Amino acid sequence: MLKVNDVIEKIGLDIRVSGDMHKHVTGCYISDLLSDVMAHSKDGELWITLQTHPNIVAVAVIKGLSCIVITNGRFPEPDTVKKAESENITILTTPKTTFETAGLLYNLLRSE
Amino acid sequence: MNIMDSIEGCFQLMGGDFTNAGTASSELKSTLSKLGVSQEVVRRAAIAAFEAEMNVIIHAVAGTMHYVVSSEEVRITLTDMGPGIEDIELAMQEGYSTAPDWVREMGWGAGMGLPNIKKNADRFKIDSVVGEGTTLEIVIYTRKD
Repeated sequence: MLKVNDVIEKIGLDIRVSGDMHKHVTGCYISDLLSDVMAHSKDGELWITLQTHPNIVAVAVIKGLSCIVITNGRFPEPDTVKKAESENITILTTPKTTFETAGLLYNLLRSE
Repeated sequence: MNIMDSIEGCFQLMGGDFTNAGTASSELKSTLSKLGVSQEVVRRAAIAAFEAEMNVIIHAVAGTMHYVVSSEEVRITLTDMGPGIEDIELAMQEGYSTAPDWVREMGWGAGMGLPNIKKNADRFKIDSVVGEGTTLEIVIYTRKD
């Protein structure tokens, strides 16, 4: 199964916070609604979002997500970076849109 | 898991403290893991606790999260000094929320929190007095039978 560092290498994502890079990426969930991610994401999924505030880290910790990908050229807030570093959560960014990022990831996960 | 006596702890929660939101639930999650509670129970307890913690941070001035772990169950009790819930039945409906717009912009306040707590709990009770506060009791059985 793909690991976080494989995904970074294969679809070209920028590392903002380097957490556990060897976590397995079991799938992907996409939502900017944190309540929705709390209700429907699954353990090990990579989470694509536009949200950049510190609560995304708490959601990733509680739900056991493998990493957070922030799209559209947005960056995590300084408090978010600090929190992710202390919780060992990987945050990645990309200038690509959510659609493009999801497409690349879909093909990658399906080819495995 | 083989806990002879119950183990308990308590966290203080500050209303409006979004930066530290989730700290209590994350600590509870790792405490339960260390106690050897099954992964499924840890997962459900952490989700329910975090949703309840967010409600305190969004709606209340302050609150506490108290937990007791025994060989039978994980019991999480949240007590807050908040506005209280006028209509609990309505609040339990998916999609109903009284959260302000700026909280919704953060991705919260979709009216999914209380239903998600109920979904993850084996027993769930709300007591609320308008103008005083709300108490949530969440129980998750640790035994499979």
